[in-house]
Amino acid sequence: MRISTFWYCLKQGFINICRNIWFSLASVATISACIFLFCMFFSIMVNVQHVVKNVETTVGVTVFFDEGLSEEQIRAIGSVIGQRSEVSSMEFTSAQEAWDSFQQEYFEGMEDLADGFAEDNPLAGSASYQIFLKDISKQDEFVVYLENLDGVRRVNYSSSAAAGLTSFNTVIGILSGVIIGVLLAVSVFLISNTINVAAAFRRSENQIMRYIGATNYMIRAPFVVEGIIIGLLGAVIPLICMFFLYRQSIGYIEERFQILSGIFQFLPLGQIFPYMAATAMLLGLGIGFFASFFTIRKHLKV
Amino acid sequence: MIEISNVSKTYETGNKALRNVSITIEDGEFVFIIGRSGSGKTTLFKLLLKETEPTSGKIVVNDMNLGKMPRRYVPKYRRRLGVVFQDFRLLKDRNVYENVAFAQRVIGASTRRIRESVPAMLQMVGLSAKYKMFPQQLSGGEQQRVAIARALINRPEVLLADEPTGNLDSHNAIEIMKLLEEINQMGTTVVVVTHSQEIVDRMQKRVIVMERGCVVSDEKKGGYTHED
Repeated sequence: MRISTFWYCLKQGFINICRNIWFSLASVATISACIFLFCMFFSIMVNVQHVVKNVETTVGVTVFFDEGLSEEQIRAIGSVIGQRSEVSSMEFTSAQEAWDSFQQEYFEGMEDLADGFAEDNPLAGSASYQIFLKDISKQDEFVVYLENLDGVRRVNYSSSAAAGLTSFNTVIGILSGVIIGVLLAVSVFLISNTINVAAAFRRSENQIMRYIGATNYMIRAPFVVEGIIIGLLGAVIPLICMFFLYRQSIGYIEERFQILSGIFQFLPLGQIFPYMAATAMLLGLGIGFFASFFTIRKHLKV
Repeated sequence: MIEISNVSKTYETGNKALRNVSITIEDGEFVFIIGRSGSGKTTLFKLLLKETEPTSGKIVVNDMNLGKMPRRYVPKYRRRLGVVFQDFRLLKDRNVYENVAFAQRVIGASTRRIRESVPAMLQMVGLSAKYKMFPQQLSGGEQQRVAIARALINRPEVLLADEPTGNLDSHNAIEIMKLLEEINQMGTTVVVVTHSQEIVDRMQKRVIVMERGCVVSDEKKGGYTHED
């Protein structure tokens, strides 16, 4: 394509937008609403996923073994567990390490009391493995497997937090999918209407173009440019809003609900925004391109 | 050369617009096609533009068989035709220069080529001084000159004109026909569909008369023998 042809199509696309400014603005507003919601759900989902990831790496499953088993026997069971595909990492805590840690935590400043136990380790049967999983949603079945292993006395785990977060994320995903889907349909409909009006305005021009020997591509181009500009504008506006809103919201939540800061670590804007912006721009471009491309096709008869 | 062989056209409504029409137009000829309303002139015009397909028969324009032409080649074919309409069909929001340049822009011509050829074409049709004016600021004759300039800017081999003088007064009509004759003398084949007796009689060119979808007369240097 010649550069002059490119500029010509771009100029005509802008002229189309200006000719139907109200239709164009309505389309931009709807796409903006759609992409704004998308960005909002995107940031919620990414943050929840981040929290789940944190939970996965910090909350493990602790396995205790039958009393009387030697450390070698416990380590042998540990190596069998370690071969499971669900396991991300595991840490062994011997009975002595457990007792040392207990003393540090509960006998701080009262070491004399602990000395009373002398060489008698009250936690002799407390050697354990702390196991971290790759995917926390598989925790329940993994726990069942552990409980059925010979030599395993008890399995400690927290099921509610991770499972709750995972299902919350699923609900958010479904909800956002439905709302975004409806808004997408409305956006496509509105862009399609805008292109229809533009095509009606340019009917005689298109007819002349056909008689002169313009290709379909050349006739379509200004309308597709129009659709793409509307789509991109519809993406840029919510992104600007989100840029400021996300920072403000995080600041507000962290300030007002300090209790949450120990549980939730929000992702910084710099980490989330590039992906959000790229996806939103692609979404806007895609909506604009496909809606205009398929709408203008029906106006073309060579 | 335009070869129309045994062409018939029946519309979906059952209307038989053309019945077994055969016409041959040599390169560089100037031909009038005349006839009553409903005689098939417009259908013939549309067939030559490849706006519609014949029900039967064959149309070959400059060695291109229109019947076998895939749709993607239609734009390329139309670039070898120039088309002029009774209602000029100019773009009202663009000036004379832009209207003529439009025909080159939409086929992807370079800016340099447009800058060279548009002023030359405007000079040829006698509108150099009015290149900045908009269609509504021009007379009917001048608007038709712009339309002719636009039709010729891509140097077509054939110029098709549908009632080019239909909206013009007698003086302007004669001026437009003189211009078409000049264009014809430069080697372009000119096919004019018209009702104007005065023009046909004055020009003394080949006249094809159509009636009820058939060619009823074809004279090398004819006048307006048909009666409305």
